[in-house]
Amino acid sequence: MQDDLIAVAMSGGVDSSVVAGLLHREGRRVIGLTMQLWNQRRLPELMPDEPTGRCCSLDDVYDARAVASQLGIPYYVVDFERRFEEQVVKPFVEDYLAGRTPIPCTLCNNLVKFDQFLEMAEGVGATRVATGHYARVRQDSGRYQLLRAADASKDQTYFLFGLTQAQLARTMFPLGGYQKKEVRELARELKIPVADKGDSQEICFVPNGDYAAFIEAYFAEQGIDTRQAQGEIVTTSGRKLGQHAGIHHYTVGQRKGLGIATGEPLYVIATEPESRRVIVGSNDELLRGRFTAREVNWISIAEPAGVVRAQVRIRNKHVPAAASVQALAGGRAEVRFDEPQRAVTPGQGAVFYDGDQVLGGGWIE
Amino acid sequence: MQEAVKSCWANPSSIHRDGQMARHQLEKARGQVAALLGCAAKQVVFTSGGTEAANLAVLGAVRSRPGERKHVITTAVEHPAVLSACAQLEREGVEVTYLGVDSRGVLDPEMFRRQLRPHTVLISCMHANNETGVVQPVAEIGAIAREAGVVMHSDGVQAAGKIPVQVDSLGLDLYSVSAHKFYGAKGSGAFFVRGKLTLDALFHGGRQEQAQRPGTENVPGIAAMGAAAEVARKAEEAGRIAALRDRLEAAIVDRVAGVTVNGVGERTPNTTNLRFDGIEGEAMVIALDLRGFAVSTGAACSSGAVKPSHVLLAMGLTAEQAKSSLRFSLGRSNDEQQVDALVEAVAAAAAHLRRLSPSYAHAG
Repeated sequence: MQDDLIAVAMSGGVDSSVVAGLLHREGRRVIGLTMQLWNQRRLPELMPDEPTGRCCSLDDVYDARAVASQLGIPYYVVDFERRFEEQVVKPFVEDYLAGRTPIPCTLCNNLVKFDQFLEMAEGVGATRVATGHYARVRQDSGRYQLLRAADASKDQTYFLFGLTQAQLARTMFPLGGYQKKEVRELARELKIPVADKGDSQEICFVPNGDYAAFIEAYFAEQGIDTRQAQGEIVTTSGRKLGQHAGIHHYTVGQRKGLGIATGEPLYVIATEPESRRVIVGSNDELLRGRFTAREVNWISIAEPAGVVRAQVRIRNKHVPAAASVQALAGGRAEVRFDEPQRAVTPGQGAVFYDGDQVLGGGWIE
Repeated sequence: MQEAVKSCWANPSSIHRDGQMARHQLEKARGQVAALLGCAAKQVVFTSGGTEAANLAVLGAVRSRPGERKHVITTAVEHPAVLSACAQLEREGVEVTYLGVDSRGVLDPEMFRRQLRPHTVLISCMHANNETGVVQPVAEIGAIAREAGVVMHSDGVQAAGKIPVQVDSLGLDLYSVSAHKFYGAKGSGAFFVRGKLTLDALFHGGRQEQAQRPGTENVPGIAAMGAAAEVARKAEEAGRIAALRDRLEAAIVDRVAGVTVNGVGERTPNTTNLRFDGIEGEAMVIALDLRGFAVSTGAACSSGAVKPSHVLLAMGLTAEQAKSSLRFSLGRSNDEQQVDALVEAVAAAAAHLRRLSPSYAHAG
C-alpha cells in the first residue's frame, strides 16, 4: 500500500501544509489539491481592510502552491464553487432565516470535503485523502472509530460527526497525534514557507466574521431585501420590549446587541421565523434538560438498541455534559442531560462522546 | 537565442556599433516575421506578446478613429486579450457587438455584414480558435470590412506558424501574433499594421517601433522570434502533426464511448477538443498529468481553478458539457508512440472515472 497515491487537501495554512510535508517525508506518493470554494471578491463590501488569509483567497492558493513546489509534489486547484454554494452557503443562510444557528463547517465536511473532494481524489487516481484536521481514526473490529485529537484545545471532532464508515476508511488525519505547538515546529523543520502563518478563524466565507452582514449582502446580491425580516422582541411572558432588525442577527444564548435596557440581564431564548419574533428571557430560562437530534450518524458504534451513556457536546466550545442518549426511528435521537444545559441551539451539532471516542452525532432540532 | 542574448546586448536605438549590431538583429527578425505573415518588414511592430499586440490593435485602432459614436463587431469566441480590450472599450462608451458561432464553432461572414452600422469602426475576428483550432473565414469577413471601409483586425496568435497566413490576400489591416505559439520565447509578439493606419499608442515614451510602441525592444526575444518564424514558415511539420492529431482523435473516438469532437471543419493541424460524456474534465486533466501527459480544459482562472470554456458555451454546449471537454495540443516533439500511449492513458482514465460516476449511463 506504500505506493498508493494520497491526495492532501491543502488550504495554504500551516496544518495541511505539514500534512503534505510529513507524508512526503515518509516517502508516500503525495499530490496536493486546493479546493476553490468561494470567490472572496464576490461580495466586496464585506472585505476587511486588512487581508486576513481567508480560505480561497488568492493568497492562500499562492501559499499552498509555494508549499507544494517546495516539497516538489504535483499540485492542482479544483473548482468546487458551485457545489459549495449549493450545499453549504445556501443552507447556512436559510438556516439563519429559519431561526437556526448553522455550522457550515460540518456541512462542508459532510458534503464537500469528504464527498466531492474524495470523489475527485479517487478520480485522479488517489486511494486516500489526508487533511489537516485535528482528529484520529482507528480501525477496531471491522469498524472505523473517530477519536478526539491528542491536542484537546485543537480537537475538531465536533465538526466531523457526519463522517460515514466509507469516508473514514479512505481518510487520514496525520496531525491527530500532535500538539499544535509540535506542528509548528514540524513546519519549521520541514522548511514549510507558511510555518508562521496565523490560524484561520471563524467561517471561511464570511471574511469579517459578521454573519448578519454576510446574509444581508448575499440576499441583496439576488435583489432580496432582508429588512422584511424585522420583527418584535418579546419576553417569554409575552411582553413586547421593542423591534429587531431581523432574526438572522440573533442566536440562542446571545446577550449583546439586543438594544434593550432592562433591570436584569436578558438573553435570546429562541427565534421564531413565522412570527419573526425574538424571544428573550433570563439566564435560567435558557436551561434545557433534553432535546432531540436529527440525521444522527453513528460512528464508533453501530446504532444502539437501548440507551447509551455519553458526554454530549452541543456546540464547539461547550464542555461535554453527561447524558443518556436513545436512538429513535428515522435517524433521530433523544438526549437527556443529567444536569440541564444552557442554550441548546437548533441547527448546531450534538456530538456524543465516550471518553476520546466519538460515538456519533446529529443536528439539534 | 543564447547567441542573440550575447550579440545584441546593446540598445538598438544607439548610434555606436554595438547598437548597430542590435539594430541589425532587430531588423533581420522584422524581415523574418514579415515573411511569415506575408507583408513588408516595415509593417511589423514588435510588442511584449500576443496580448499587448491585440490590445494595441483593438484599443489603438478604435481610440484613434474620430467621432462621438463608435461601434465594434467582434465574436463571442475571441481570446480574453480581445474580449477584455472590447470590454474596456465599452466602459469608454463604445458599442460592441459580440457575434455567436454555430455548433461547429464557425462564424458566418454574413452576420458581420448585417451588424454593420454607419459608425462601425472596427471588426475584430480571430483567425483560428485557441481552444478548438477552428479556422474562421477571415478572408470573407475581411472583404466585407474592406467594402464597408471598416478597419479589420484578426487575432492570429493561434494561426501564425500553423497555417499559411497572407495578411494581404486576407484583406486585413491588423494582425497580431505571439512568438511562443510558434516555438519562439515567451514575452515577444508582433502585429502587422497596414501602411496608412495610425493607432493610439498604449505606452508613451520614445520613438521606437515608429512611435507605435515606445520602449527599448526586447532584442533577444525578438531575434529568437525571427528565427522561429523562419522555421515555421517552411511548415515542414504541419502535415505530420495533422496526421498525429487525426490518429489521436480517431483512436480516442474508437476506444472510448460517448466522445464527441468539439469544432468541425477547417482546423489548425495541432489541436483537437474532445468532449467525454459524463466525465469531469478537471479530474481527467489531473489524472493525465500524473501519467505524464499535459492536456487542458477550459481556461485557467487566476487561482488555477477551471471555469467552463466561454468558447464551448458559445458553441451551444451546456456548462456540464463544457466541463467534460478537454483540449489536446500536439507539436513538433510528439510522435506516434506518444500518441498511442496517450490514447491508452485516456482510455484508462475515462474508464476509471466512469466507474466512479454513477451518473454516466451508457458507458457500455
